[in-house]
Amino acid sequence: MALSRRTLLGLAAAVPVSAALTACGGSSGPGKSTGATYWYLNGQPQEGVRSGAVKAFNKAHPDTQIKDTTFQNDAYKTKIKTAIGAGEAPTIIWGWGGGTLRAYAEAGQVEDLTSWFGEHDALKKSLFPSSFGAATVDGKIYAMPCETVQPIILYYNRKVFDQVGAKPPESWDDIMALVPKFKNKGIAPFSLGGQSRWTNMMWLEFLFDRIGGSEVFQAAIEGEKNAWSHPDAIKALTKLQELVEAGGFVKGFSSITADSNADQALLYTGRAAMMLHGAWSYGIQQADGGDFVSSGSLGYMTFPPVEGGKGDLSDTVGNPAQYLSISSKASAEEKKVAKEYFAKGVLQEEEVKQWIGNGSVPIKLGTEKLLAASDNAEFLQFTYDIASKAKVFVQSWDQALSPTAAETLLDNIVKLFQLSISPKEFATNLNAVTNA
Amino acid sequence: MSAVTGPAQRRRPRSALPWLATPALVLFVGFAVVPLIGVFALSFTTWDGIGSIRATGLTSWRKVLTDPGLPHALWVTFLVMAVSWAVQTPLSILLGTFLAGRQRYRAVLGVVYLIPLMLSSAAIALAYKALLDPNFGLGAGLDIQALSRDWLGRPGLAFGVVIFVVSWQFIPFHSLIYQGGVQQIPKSLYEAAQLDGAGRVRQFFSITLPQLKYTIITSSTLMVVGSLTFFDLIFILTEGGPGDATRVLALDMYKRGFQASLMGPASVIAVILVLVGLGLALLLRRLGGRDAGASQLEGA
Repeated sequence: MALSRRTLLGLAAAVPVSAALTACGGSSGPGKSTGATYWYLNGQPQEGVRSGAVKAFNKAHPDTQIKDTTFQNDAYKTKIKTAIGAGEAPTIIWGWGGGTLRAYAEAGQVEDLTSWFGEHDALKKSLFPSSFGAATVDGKIYAMPCETVQPIILYYNRKVFDQVGAKPPESWDDIMALVPKFKNKGIAPFSLGGQSRWTNMMWLEFLFDRIGGSEVFQAAIEGEKNAWSHPDAIKALTKLQELVEAGGFVKGFSSITADSNADQALLYTGRAAMMLHGAWSYGIQQADGGDFVSSGSLGYMTFPPVEGGKGDLSDTVGNPAQYLSISSKASAEEKKVAKEYFAKGVLQEEEVKQWIGNGSVPIKLGTEKLLAASDNAEFLQFTYDIASKAKVFVQSWDQALSPTAAETLLDNIVKLFQLSISPKEFATNLNAVTNA
Repeated sequence: MSAVTGPAQRRRPRSALPWLATPALVLFVGFAVVPLIGVFALSFTTWDGIGSIRATGLTSWRKVLTDPGLPHALWVTFLVMAVSWAVQTPLSILLGTFLAGRQRYRAVLGVVYLIPLMLSSAAIALAYKALLDPNFGLGAGLDIQALSRDWLGRPGLAFGVVIFVVSWQFIPFHSLIYQGGVQQIPKSLYEAAQLDGAGRVRQFFSITLPQLKYTIITSSTLMVVGSLTFFDLIFILTEGGPGDATRVLALDMYKRGFQASLMGPASVIAVILVLVGLGLALLLRRLGGRDAGASQLEGA
């Protein structure tokens, strides 16, 4: 078809329209006029606590307002990355710290808060010391830890244990010995939402630590050559596959997702005897499990030691805290408001009370009395002790690593659990990304 | 195409036709061509989606082309395409021919068959995922041994489930196309065949099937090109798993781009997807274009 003058005219007319179309997409950026902007996750009960803290701050500081916007978890992960990449980030960036924060820091997108924390030493000392690890990149602090601590805990169903006449495991050998006991009664030894991938990862986090100590993963994250091939790493991977081969995990675990809470349901319905899961699982079982928690049927303990292992038993893994960073692209005034919020708005008395009411432990030190007065006092005290006494609090691997390495890790973990790769192949695949 | 334009058409005064195409053209350029150019450009860069975009030449291409994940994803995509075509086409033709009959009960059944077409892929995937749950699904709930398998947890089974659900969703649509096609076949052909003593089966293979040639090509093009972009269904059903047993190209692209923050390699896969899609569409057009006079549809 030959181009006529008319078609050219038509094309020319088309350009302003498409320009207008693209212009529509750009109007959602944060306003630059007053106060600071703050994006965080929605979903109750956490959303209410977050927005409550912002409201209280705005009320107490009528001149410096914070405008908050909420997002769904998965949507937020993509949205915040794109927004930061496009220079449209909010003043206050909510996140998980670790590898993602490192990516922001290395791209110069978030403020260095080291000197600010130097000036606010009392504030720094009022928070769990273990929460600062994931906020620190190359010795500099890029985020303020906030909200709650979420260690990984070994849950078990007391009713099922009584029924079989077994005792909670005190070592890895106990775990292996328990497997046939439960299997013979038609009960899965461990529940696992394997399709979610990070659920499988929690097993490796503990096995690495209990067998080789926290140094093994630390070396991997620091990019040391062949860190994943360390003999203790191979031993941990082998032990894990032994448990899979013995039928330790519920049948069909590869197609169970954690999002649907089917893994939790297996535990409280008594189809599985034990489950390794985050501290947030307590609240879910309380809400969904009928009288499972209130009748005292839910047992919990720390991950047992592995015979001959070097890891310290106080070591734990999980989410040390959630994190707030300040966008480096924000104006000086916006940054000032954000810092004011960090100092006088985050984890104030009311917010702390609300977190505890939800069955979680805020990362503020000295809340023992409040925890003890709660309905869930026993569990809260247990979580608090793990978090505050942990010699090393390893951040969840997928958060600690860069997004690229995390994806390779999760992919290979699934294959490891399916026995489709050997521990050595796992190590080789992982060495290739963390030592890049 | 301009070769067949007759003199009568050439003399017709230039109408406002190009103007009528403008809205479509704007949408096509704005939402297809421009992003396509963007993706092509991005495939020669390294970008994590946050920092600055660095032009790195062929690095991303080399990375993707040497990655064993690519041939695997291509193979899975091809398998999904071929198997789902082989399952859907015969069933759709039979159903379409059946529904083309004028009987009232067939019209009622036709409406029932359309139900899957009205559901979104996400809803279908969620429903099947719940039904096939190894512990709380249909098999476990009704205690039917044959149904309580680890449907989505074993590579072969999971692949079969994906094909089944895809077919369940799309067979109604293709049946509809074939129904229309069969109804356009001139009655006179069947009458003539009947006079010659041809039975139903013979009529089907000697008249219906050959007359449906163009319908088959249209429907196959939709199936084949459509299967390249299966994403939502597989993402919710298996997330590409177990392992990478159902990780098709589109899913691989998403995982690399948005989960692993590798926009360069993800763009490379996007370009490959476009090329494969275009190639297949062209191939299918060619297959159909050879002997344009073969169909005897009335009015064609």
